[in-house]
Parts: sequence; C-alpha cells; structure tokens
Amino acid sequence: MKAPPFTYHAPQSIADAVALMGSLDNARVLAGGQSLMAMLNLRVAGPDHLVDLGRIPELSGIAETEATISVGAMTTQRMVERSELIARHCPLLTDAIAHVGHQQTRNRGTIGGSICHLDPGAELPVVACALDAELIATGVSGTRQIAFRDFPEGYLTSQLQPDEILVRVDFPKVTGRTGSAFLEFNRRPADFAIVSVAVQITLDDGGSIARAAIAFGGIQSAPVRLAEAEALLVARVPDVQTWDLAAQCATVLDCDGDELYPADYRRDLCAVLLTRALRKALRRAGERSHV
Amino acid sequence: MFDPRDVSITVNGQLHERRVDSRVHLADFLRKDLLLTGTHLGCEHGVCGACTVLVDGASVRSCLMLAVQADGRHVQTIEGVATKDAQLHPIQDALTRHHGLQCGYCTPGVVMTLLELDGDRAGRTLGEDEIRAALSGNLCRCTGYQGIVDAALELFGADVASQTNTKTRSQA
Repeated sequence: MKAPPFTYHAPQSIADAVALMGSLDNARVLAGGQSLMAMLNLRVAGPDHLVDLGRIPELSGIAETEATISVGAMTTQRMVERSELIARHCPLLTDAIAHVGHQQTRNRGTIGGSICHLDPGAELPVVACALDAELIATGVSGTRQIAFRDFPEGYLTSQLQPDEILVRVDFPKVTGRTGSAFLEFNRRPADFAIVSVAVQITLDDGGSIARAAIAFGGIQSAPVRLAEAEALLVARVPDVQTWDLAAQCATVLDCDGDELYPADYRRDLCAVLLTRALRKALRRAGERSHV
Repeated sequence: MFDPRDVSITVNGQLHERRVDSRVHLADFLRKDLLLTGTHLGCEHGVCGACTVLVDGASVRSCLMLAVQADGRHVQTIEGVATKDAQLHPIQDALTRHHGLQCGYCTPGVVMTLLELDGDRAGRTLGEDEIRAALSGNLCRCTGYQGIVDAALELFGADVASQTNTKTRSQA
C-alpha cells in the first residue's frame, strides 16, 4: 500500500524540531524510517504530521568522553557498525548491530529510532538495557537524562513526552578484564529476535566475576534484566556449575508466548542462549587483559 | 490532501527538479515521475529488497524513504549501471552467465546491492559468507540464490578453483 496523507516537516535544528513537536497535534518523529515508513505503507500508523530529523546534522555522530561513548540519536546503524571507537570501547554494541536488519536498512536505520521504537524483538534496546545506557532527551521545557531502565512504558511505547526528541545515547566504556557477547535465535538471519541475550562480565584480578550484566529481548514488551543471575554470579569463579546456576534463573523468567513460539519455548531459549553467551563473554574477557 | 514539496534529485547523473506529494516514496517517484521503471516494488514494506537503489552510494530500500528525503541527494538506479553504449556492467554480465536470474523481478535490487558491496570491499577478496550476508536483504524466488552467489564469487571471490568450476558449470 501507500502511506496515508500527512504534512511533512524538515526542521534544521533541535530547537525547531522540539518547537514543532510541542505545537503540532498527532505528530510523529521520522528518524531513519525503517520501521515507521513500513508502518505508514501498511497504514498501521497515521500521523497528521511527520517531523523528519534527517536534516539536523548535530543529531548524528559518535563522540568519546572519559567514561562514555556518546552516539547521536540520528547516527545510522551502519556508522555504528563501522565505528572503530565503538568496537574498542563498546564491543557489545558492535556485536549486536550485525543482527539488526540488513545492510540496506542499516544504511538508513538509526540508533535513536530503534531505541525509541522499542520493538520487542529489536536488538539495540537490549544492548541499552544491559549496559545501563543513559538517554538524553530535549523537549520544550529543557533537556533531561533518562536511564534506559526507566525508558520503556509498554509495548512500542517509551516515556518520551509528545514534545520530546531523543538527542543522544551514552553507553559506558568497558574497563578492565571485560568481555561481552550478543546472541539471538531467529529462523532467518536479520529477522527480529525470537529471543536475544546481551551479556557483559568483568573479571577481577583473581579471575572471579566482579560484575555481570544480563539482558534478554523478545520475551516481553521491553527488554528484561536477569538481576538474580547477575547477583548470583558476582564473586564466583566462572565455570560450568556457575553457568548452570545462571541458566537456572532464566528458566523461571516471565515470557510472553504466541502461537508460533510459546512461553515455555522462549524460556528454554533464554537458558540455552544465556549459557552460550556467558561462555563467549568469559573467553573474550580472558583475551582482554587491560584497556 | 496534497502536501507538495519541491525537490532536486540527481538520478544517474542527471538533475531532476519536480514537485512531489510528501507522502510519495522514492521508488514511486523514480517509477512514476521519472518513468525509471527498472526499480521494482515487491512488498513495499522493506522486506524483499527489490526496490534497492543507491543513495549517495549506500544501498537503501526506496520504498522506505520518502522522495522529499532524497532532496539534494544522488541516486543511482539500475538504469544507471550499464555503460552508455549498452554494454552490460560486469555484475550484470556475471549474473547472466551464472543463471543468477530467471524472472528478473529481484535482479535490479540484487545488482545494486552487489554494486555497493564491490565499492565497500575496495579490492579485497570476499568469502561466500560475506557475499551471502550482503545478499540476505534481497529475496529471490526463482534461483535458489546459488547462481547469484556464484556470480558474486566469480567477481569478488579469491578461490580460483571455484571460479573455474562455476564457469564450467555455466557453460555446460
């Protein structure tokens, strides 16, 4: 089908974009369009106004601070995929981005668009969840910082207000002996994940686990942290028994199910993928002596 | 409701200035306004890859991009791939020889994807996995992909033996 009629706006600054979003009724932000354009063509979305952020250069780019990698909301997934800075300091993001759509959609799709769209099967929100990313949003009344864990409100819904746009996402840099892994299961590469898992573990000098982060996607409307397993892993020596304990925590996860992939099936996938991801992350942590 | 916007879009090296409805996507602009019907529309929601074109050198789904978003940009379509004297581009030639197409509906998208891949590899040889990953966004219901992959391997692959094999197969 074709998109329904709308009025198109192409602001050239963040201030103009926010002013438009604050004054127009039933307006939607157009980022890379790789979900929204499909929703428009399928007529499951019908905004009266489309505010295209694609002409605002300051929303795009990758920058480094002492502790974080800052990714502009309109930075394309392809730019993230190719960024050496991100590969070095935020390898979980590089790992995950290979699973996001296809080359042709990564060329247009953006980091901010994917995180704000919050598709339950999407990869980037899971990374943001695992890494405790901080989201910087600007609205009519100013700029605020939102921890990703507070960001989702429900299915395809974030806590951004109608006048707010996401400006950038700050991911913490890895430090010390840290390894990460992103794994997902789907029937064809590049499909949305039936279940995905993001893991990052840090080892102390003695080789025990100092810190663990585990997040799942595809099982509920928003990404889920497995806090029980994270707590359980700390101070343990990483071995088969430890991974089994973590996987046990995954078997009681609250999972949504559907006709094709029932909740039980997804829970099984969570446990299997978690074990594999922990092993991979450990191997990578071992290879990484110091950053 | 008509929401007209004036756009200047360079397509295959030629500048086009048109007034378009803002909701018209790039594929329809190319097909209906410029009559460049080589860009095909399969699913119109970003799944099939038939409408793949290059925008400023990067492959994109032209059904998932508005024509107004291409204002000021350079677009390359399948019509701009073969040389002016109607010689097929080496990618088109290889696809033909390897039975990389049958009905031809997906082929323009496949060619544009391989064109980007050729640019990205910058002379580096590619393995079959990389080629298949790049082509994963282009659905083909005729060939089973083997002929398309063979064509790409002949052009971008390192394995001389497999190239000889595929050439022999295509001549048989």
